[in-house]
Amino acid sequence: MPKPLIEVRDAKKVYQMGEEKVWALKGVSLSIEQGEFVAIMGSSGSGKSTMMNLLGCLDVASEGNISLDGVDVSQLNKSELAAIRNRRIGFVFQQFNLLPRTSALDNVCLPLLYSDVPENEWPQRAEKCLQQVGLGTRMDHHPSQLSGGQQQRVAIARALVNQPLMILADEPTGALDTQTGMDVMALFGELHAEGKTIILVTHEPEIAEFAHRTLTFRDGELVADERNASPRIAQRSSV
Amino acid sequence: MKLLILFRTAITALRVNILRSFLTMLGIIIGVSAVIIMVAMGAGAQQQVDNQIKSLGGNVFFVMGSFRSSGGARTAQVVRINEDDAGLIERQVPGVEAAAPYLSSNGQVIYGNLNWSTGINGIDNRSFQVRDWEIADGREFTQQEIQSGAKVAIIGERVHKELFGISNPIGQTMRVKNFNVTVVGVLAEKGQDARGEDQDDVIFLPIKTVRNKITGVDSTNPKSVRFIQVSAYDGEDMDYIEEQMRELLRQRMRVPANADDPFRIRNVSEMIATRAETMQVFNTLLAWVASVSLVVGGIGIMNIMLVSVTERTREIGLRMAVGATPIDILRQFLIESIVLCGAGGGIGVLIAYLFVFLGNNYGIGAGGVIDTQVVFLSLGFSALIGVFFGYYPALKASQLEPIDALRYE
Repeated sequence: MPKPLIEVRDAKKVYQMGEEKVWALKGVSLSIEQGEFVAIMGSSGSGKSTMMNLLGCLDVASEGNISLDGVDVSQLNKSELAAIRNRRIGFVFQQFNLLPRTSALDNVCLPLLYSDVPENEWPQRAEKCLQQVGLGTRMDHHPSQLSGGQQQRVAIARALVNQPLMILADEPTGALDTQTGMDVMALFGELHAEGKTIILVTHEPEIAEFAHRTLTFRDGELVADERNASPRIAQRSSV
Repeated sequence: MKLLILFRTAITALRVNILRSFLTMLGIIIGVSAVIIMVAMGAGAQQQVDNQIKSLGGNVFFVMGSFRSSGGARTAQVVRINEDDAGLIERQVPGVEAAAPYLSSNGQVIYGNLNWSTGINGIDNRSFQVRDWEIADGREFTQQEIQSGAKVAIIGERVHKELFGISNPIGQTMRVKNFNVTVVGVLAEKGQDARGEDQDDVIFLPIKTVRNKITGVDSTNPKSVRFIQVSAYDGEDMDYIEEQMRELLRQRMRVPANADDPFRIRNVSEMIATRAETMQVFNTLLAWVASVSLVVGGIGIMNIMLVSVTERTREIGLRMAVGATPIDILRQFLIESIVLCGAGGGIGVLIAYLFVFLGNNYGIGAGGVIDTQVVFLSLGFSALIGVFFGYYPALKASQLEPIDALRYE
């Protein structure tokens, strides 16, 4: 049996809030296979964001182990975590987090700046990713010249450019209207169909319906792990 | 990491806030240009002094008569030194290259319908040796001309220009006061002396000619001169020579041991050098003040970099999320600060060059001599300021936690 892509064993996370210790995660175990489309659900304070930070190697667990593609990331230092984020994980944020006054192409190139990819391959790779998200004709546009949906698609292209093991999307439709949100979900559906592992963090049940599996968090614990027999399929509107 | 991209990123970031970047640079611009200008002015003054000393002919003394004092009280009787004193100094004081007697006056010189008022000096040929002054055209006086007091003249370049223009004056006859002389030589151009007087505005006649025709003969001291110019060989101990001359002249004039010298000896190079030293001290002080402003500029840089790090916390978070290590972030902000200081330094250098250029060529502001070493030094120093004052903000940026930085509003 192949090892799962992500394996979390009894992960705990504690934050010191003044005198008090707050347990954001109280011992979570889960595993995610290569190629899955998983939604992490929960209200605010449920621990879902903490879980995402740990999965994204943005933070380390206080206790327990997390292994990513067979590598135990709980023991790595900041630079090693940065390298994992760079090569294995593609992030998509609610607020897009694009660099202002920087072209879509250069925004997509950003992760390459911190990778070993030779510079002469950058434009080619970034162009390919932008074409994949349907922005092949807007590569020179700055974020301010793009709509919200287009900005998020640039962010998705940026997440793809280093060919990561998984895409970690934190409320990717949170700042978009319903229709553009559907477009973005359709794009995730396409990426999943191509075999990408996608982890979606959301508090909206209707967004979670697109995933094939839903992990529900409450009060720092994993309370439900359900397979979605008939996930919704979003249709991309004609752009 | 790709250095070129880092520089490009830094320039892009600085251009976003172009006015703020420029205002931040201003401190460095002023500091660097002030340091270079101050040092340039100091070097310019030094060069001027060196030129003056050189145009005097190296190590030169002036020896002239003074009041004779008797029993501590000075009398009105002026002691005149004479040609024999010159000869004695030249022969008896070791280290002396030549001692040239001078009789000086001034008056009008006329050639054709042009006239010119100039200095008229009576000399023998040794004067040219003392002052390292070459004959550009024609010849020196002959021994016979000097002894007989012939009516011949060697003229300075200025007089040449004023009276003869571009035509050849050699062999021409011009009128000096009330007698005619024949021009036998023209001196090479020498420029201004220490007091800013044109040394080329002069004519030379044999000393006897001047004495007989212009100043008149002092019956008690028929060979008296106005002063003697003494030159020493290079590398000689000037103080020792001065002491030897003093001893010699006191003996010769039979001055009692307790009386003051009835003559004065001036070491000209030393006088100029002393003045130059004072100027140098002043300029060094100014350069230090200017470098303090460089440091103040550096603090301004630090201030703005700290603001910039705070403003761009989310950008830092994003860069970390997509794989920037703390070192990458440190490097990015450090390079930004270095670019800021380097550009400021570059502009400062340009301003300094412009300022000195205007000073040297148009008399606006002060002129000077820019030392390329100082330019590179202050450029390097401003980059160093960039590193020094940029390090703390860059370190702060690199120590941010990615999750906090991403969430920062």
